[in-house]
Amino acid sequence: MSLVVTAGWYMTLAAVLFALGALGILIRRNALVMFMCIELMLNAVNLTFVAAGRALGNLDGQLAVFFVLVVAAAEVVVGLAIIVAIFRRRQSASVDELSELAG
Amino acid sequence: MVELVVFVLMGGGALAGGVTVIKARNPVYSAMGLLGTLFAIAVLYVMQLAHFVAAVQVIVYAGAVLTLFLFVIMMVGVDKEEDVSETIPHQRRLALALGLIAIGIVVSLVARGRFAWVPVATTAADPQATNGTVQALAEPMFTDWVLAFEATALLLTIAAAGTIALASFRRPVADTAAERTGI
Repeated sequence: MSLVVTAGWYMTLAAVLFALGALGILIRRNALVMFMCIELMLNAVNLTFVAAGRALGNLDGQLAVFFVLVVAAAEVVVGLAIIVAIFRRRQSASVDELSELAG
Repeated sequence: MVELVVFVLMGGGALAGGVTVIKARNPVYSAMGLLGTLFAIAVLYVMQLAHFVAAVQVIVYAGAVLTLFLFVIMMVGVDKEEDVSETIPHQRRLALALGLIAIGIVVSLVARGRFAWVPVATTAADPQATNGTVQALAEPMFTDWVLAFEATALLLTIAAAGTIALASFRRPVADTAAERTGI
């Protein structure tokens, strides 16, 4: 029996990676690690885009990935700037210490 | 057959990297795990003939974004232990259970249904149908997707301006003086 790698295999891998990223967001406190988990989830979605685009015989999936990459880069730049600004004020990158707005 | 071997190797690498990201105590190790995942996914892109996307993935993600991450990790300090006290009771255990259930559902769906509910996912795609060369991607990008292209250009400009505004923020002099005297 020869196993053919169909688009579903890639989508499964992407779903598991996405679940790992979501799990990381839930259990970690360090804002930097949470950011990396967001990147993990974005990459999982990108993998789904490419696999689906290939299965449909369409290049639009790869174009969507390109735009997701650009948005992710912008998001990282602004997010890390916010983390650095918070760190300068309170010497910590833990999200649990940022709860004043909760009242 | 080649694709199967590459998929198993790189898929395993991507998953191992993902687990490293969420498990490692030291953020530097998390960043290294993310690097492994990003490279493995880039290889999977190449397997699916998404050449341009793979190149951008390595240059932008593994190159620029991860360097930025490491830079900020070094600046914020890696020597501090993460606070493991829980503000919400049993948060970690519940989250772990939730995550494992989600992964279990995905795996069991694959093991039983073999994607019968997604018709397009069951067929082996024509490998040459979507050859993502620069030329093939450039044509739709500057015709059908030109609005999205311009929007991302605007987004990048706004992000750069916002970052500069954040970085050049200075506390008012009176404020710092009051803090120094402890009022």
